[in-house]
Amino acid sequence: MNLFNRLRGATQPSSRETAKRRLQLVLVHDRSQISPGLIEIIKDEIIAVISKHVDIDRDGVQVQFTQADRESRLVADIPLLDGRKNRR
Amino acid sequence: MTARVITITSGKGGVGKTTTTANVGVALALLGKRVVCLDGDIGLRNLDVVLGLENRIVYDLVDVIEGRCKLRQAMIKDKRLSELYLLPASQKRDKSAVRPDDLKKLCEDLRPDHDYILIDSAAGIEEGFRTAIAPADEVVIVTNPEVSAVRDADRVVGLVEAAEKGPARLIVNRLKPGLVQRGDMLDTSDVLDILAIDLIGIVPEDETVLISTNRGNPAAFDEKSRAGLAFRNIARRITGEDVPFQTFREETGLFGRFSRLLRRDGRTA
Repeated sequence: MNLFNRLRGATQPSSRETAKRRLQLVLVHDRSQISPGLIEIIKDEIIAVISKHVDIDRDGVQVQFTQADRESRLVADIPLLDGRKNRR
Repeated sequence: MTARVITITSGKGGVGKTTTTANVGVALALLGKRVVCLDGDIGLRNLDVVLGLENRIVYDLVDVIEGRCKLRQAMIKDKRLSELYLLPASQKRDKSAVRPDDLKKLCEDLRPDHDYILIDSAAGIEEGFRTAIAPADEVVIVTNPEVSAVRDADRVVGLVEAAEKGPARLIVNRLKPGLVQRGDMLDTSDVLDILAIDLIGIVPEDETVLISTNRGNPAAFDEKSRAGLAFRNIARRITGEDVPFQTFREETGLFGRFSRLLRRDGRTA
C-alpha cells in the first residue's frame, strides 16, 4: 500500500496490488494447464497413497504451485501425525 | 544488408497493435531506415487508415500471393517519407487466404531492398497469429496495464517461445501515470514481474494518438506528442541504440504544470 492510501486511511490493498496478485495466481494455472479442481484431485490421491503407508494429518495436506520467472513447480506439504501420540 | 522482420502481436484485440506498427514504422523511416509496414490482419484491414494511405490502394497482399499483380504494384509508397511503404491486407478475404509459407516467401522477396519489415498481426492465437509470426526474426508483444491484456500477453509469450521465435520483447501501451500513482493501475514493473520478458517501450495514454489517427497522420510525426516520443524511442531501441526509459508522472497543480513547461524542451527522456 502506498503512502497516499495510508494517508487516506485506506485499509484494503490498492486495486493495483489486487490486480497483480490475481494475475499471478491465474497465470500459474494458465501456464501449467492445471486447474484448481485438478489440484484437489491430485491432493486427494496423494493423501490416499501416502496414508496407506504412514499416518498423516489429512486436513493439513497442502498442494500448491510456486513459481519463479517462467518456471512453475508443484509443491506438496504433507504433515505426519506424531507417532508417539497415535501409537495404538 | 537484408531486412529484419518484426511481428507485432498481442493476443488480446484492441491494445494498440496497429497503432504501434504504424507509429514505429514512421519513426524508423524518420531515422532514415527503409521500412515496409505489412498488414497481416486479412479481412480486417486497418493499417492503411491509421497510416492515412487508404485512398491509394489498388492491389493487396492476397493479390500478390495469388499472382494477380507484382509485389511492387501492391506496395503503397508513403507521401511524407520516401522510404516508408505499406503492403495492405485484403478486406474481402479471410485468414485462410495467406498461409505461413506465403508470408515467408513474400518477406524473402522484400528483404533485399529494405531495412525493416513490420508485420501487424491479427489478434488472437489462431491462424492469423501463426501466419504473422512465421517469417519473424523478432516478435514484439503489445499489452495494456490491465489484467485481461496481460493474461493474454502471457499466453502469447509462451506460444512465441514454443514456435522458437522468442524471446519476445514487450511494449506497455496506454499507461496512465496518474492512475498508477494513485495505486489503481498496474505499473510497468508489475507487468514485467509477471511476464518476465524484456521491455522495449512504454507508451503513455495520450489523446494525441486518437487525434492523429483521426487525421491519418501518426503521432510519431508530432514533436510535441508524448506518445509520439515514446514510439520514436522504441524505433531507436529497435535499431540497437541504448535509450533510457522515460518515467511518467502526472503533474497536477501549479508547480507541476510549471515544471512540465520547463522540461518541454528536454528530449532526453
